Amino acid sequence: MSEKGMNLTLKIWRQKNATSKGKIETYKVADISEHMSFLEMMDVLNEQLINEGQEPIAFDHDCREGICGMCSLHINGEAHGPDRGVTTCQLHMRMFNDGDTIYIEPFRAKAFPVIKDLIIDRTAFDRIQHAGGFVSVNTSGNTQDANALPIPKADADKAFDAATCIGCGACVASCKNASAMLYVSAKVSQFSLLPQGKVEAKDRVLNMVEQMDKEGFGNCTNTGACEVECPKGISLENIARMNSEYLKASITKEA
Amino acid sequence: MKTSIARKVLMALSGFFLLFFLLQHFIINFSSVISEDGFNSASHFMGTNPIIQYGLQPVLIFGVIFHLGMGIYLELQNNKARSVKYAMNKPSANASWMSRNMIYTGLMVMLFLGLHFYDFWIPEIKTKFIDGDMSGALNGVEGTRYFHELQHKFVDVWRVALYCLSFVFLSLHLLHGFQSAFQSVGFSHNRYTPIIKKLGNLYAVVVPLGFVFIALYHYVSQL
Ligand code: HEM
Ligand code: SF4
Ligand code: FES
Repeated sequence: MSEKGMNLTLKIWRQKNATSKGKIETYKVADISEHMSFLEMMDVLNEQLINEGQEPIAFDHDCREGICGMCSLHINGEAHGPDRGVTTCQLHMRMFNDGDTIYIEPFRAKAFPVIKDLIIDRTAFDRIQHAGGFVSVNTSGNTQDANALPIPKADADKAFDAATCIGCGACVASCKNASAMLYVSAKVSQFSLLPQGKVEAKDRVLNMVEQMDKEGFGNCTNTGACEVECPKGISLENIARMNSEYLKASITKEA
Repeated sequence: MKTSIARKVLMALSGFFLLFFLLQHFIINFSSVISEDGFNSASHFMGTNPIIQYGLQPVLIFGVIFHLGMGIYLELQNNKARSVKYAMNKPSANASWMSRNMIYTGLMVMLFLGLHFYDFWIPEIKTKFIDGDMSGALNGVEGTRYFHELQHKFVDVWRVALYCLSFVFLSLHLLHGFQSAFQSVGFSHNRYTPIIKKLGNLYAVVVPLGFVFIALYHYVSQL
């Protein structure tokens, strides 16, 4: 293990709490292995800060294997950093070079206020889910045979693809309009493509979009930035599906 | 009108209407390159037909104003959705320049429309509806003034240059806008969307380039 690690300059957003102003601070870390994940590099920095008697940097994380959606971070101008199809916890330090300066900021959106340092409040997503992202049938205890309801393969695949959204919010963070359309459309699609979800499809799309607007997310202008930065490759096709479902629902729904 | 998606759909519908309008405008203008009489009769028909003048023209005026107003409104709302900006941002890493600058390319097109109204539309309205002269006559021959008026505007080199430049902005606007409008109204299909994107690129290049060609043709032919 004589291989020499990277020396990096980090420009990190520090903010004491939700109401304080916050600013970018500069830190240095040395001998970072290219095999580390980005969050492990952050751990090294925090270790260092604690040893120096300083306040460690607060950032969100949980599973550290790309499935929970807790980690976030806007790294060098991109949500989840420069790699594609990965969350920040899956981002490797080999994506960077010795001597690099790395900007680390929280995901920015009015609907995602900063709580502390790099931690943001993403409960706006939860409230959108509560507005309609569910199926109101009891599925426990009397599970049906999976093949009892025939579902076209293409629909099943699309529903599954949509369901891989982990709710990280990178789509919002990357969008120049801070629009949540990719997230909401994934949550709408994963149900509406399947027979169990079709029953409540109209109310679901109307209510979830209403809540999305209430939270203060921007309007989609189809730039496609979300799809590029999404760690799960959620497709823009979901947004088109949501738009057409929304149109149909708002025209046909009874008063 | 109340929700983000409804507004986007209306934005797209007004965009579709403008796309349709622009195409017919282009075809008629292009006829001026082929035949003076053809252009005159097409213009005279468009300028005096009651369905077009009293039916479609108000829709067009409303469409332009609506598209402009809604475009600005959405832009302001979108700016508000991110109050604290990133210190370091790489927008080009994930989205095209055209898609990120619709408001600016659109506003440039609007500036051009200002000149265009001053040049053509206001004099047309004045001649026809204020002076009450629907004859389209030049030197007493009915329906022949249009070609001369068109040519007359393409004498000044600066005007021609400005005209050409504004079509560059229109092209940039449509390179994103054409396909975006389909997505906005909820149309996406893995067989047809790639065709729509190609068609959009074709429209966004050929139509503005065609207008530029028409301007240069008349400029050069009068040198
Ligand atoms: C009057 C000046 C104009 C302004 C200020 C303007 C502004 C805008 C803005 C802000 C958007 C929204 C961008 C987005 O949502 O992606 C847009 C979209 C669009 N514009 Fe314009 N525009 C103008 C003129 C035109 C013209 C002359 C045409 C067509 C010939 C046109 C066609 C479109 C289309 C097709 C869209 C896409 C709609 C969508 O994404 O749903 N625009 N415009
Ligand atoms: S759509 Fe993608 S980027 Fe957006 S919340 Fe879901 S996983 Fe994250
Ligand atoms: S920590 Fe769970 S996805 Fe990154």
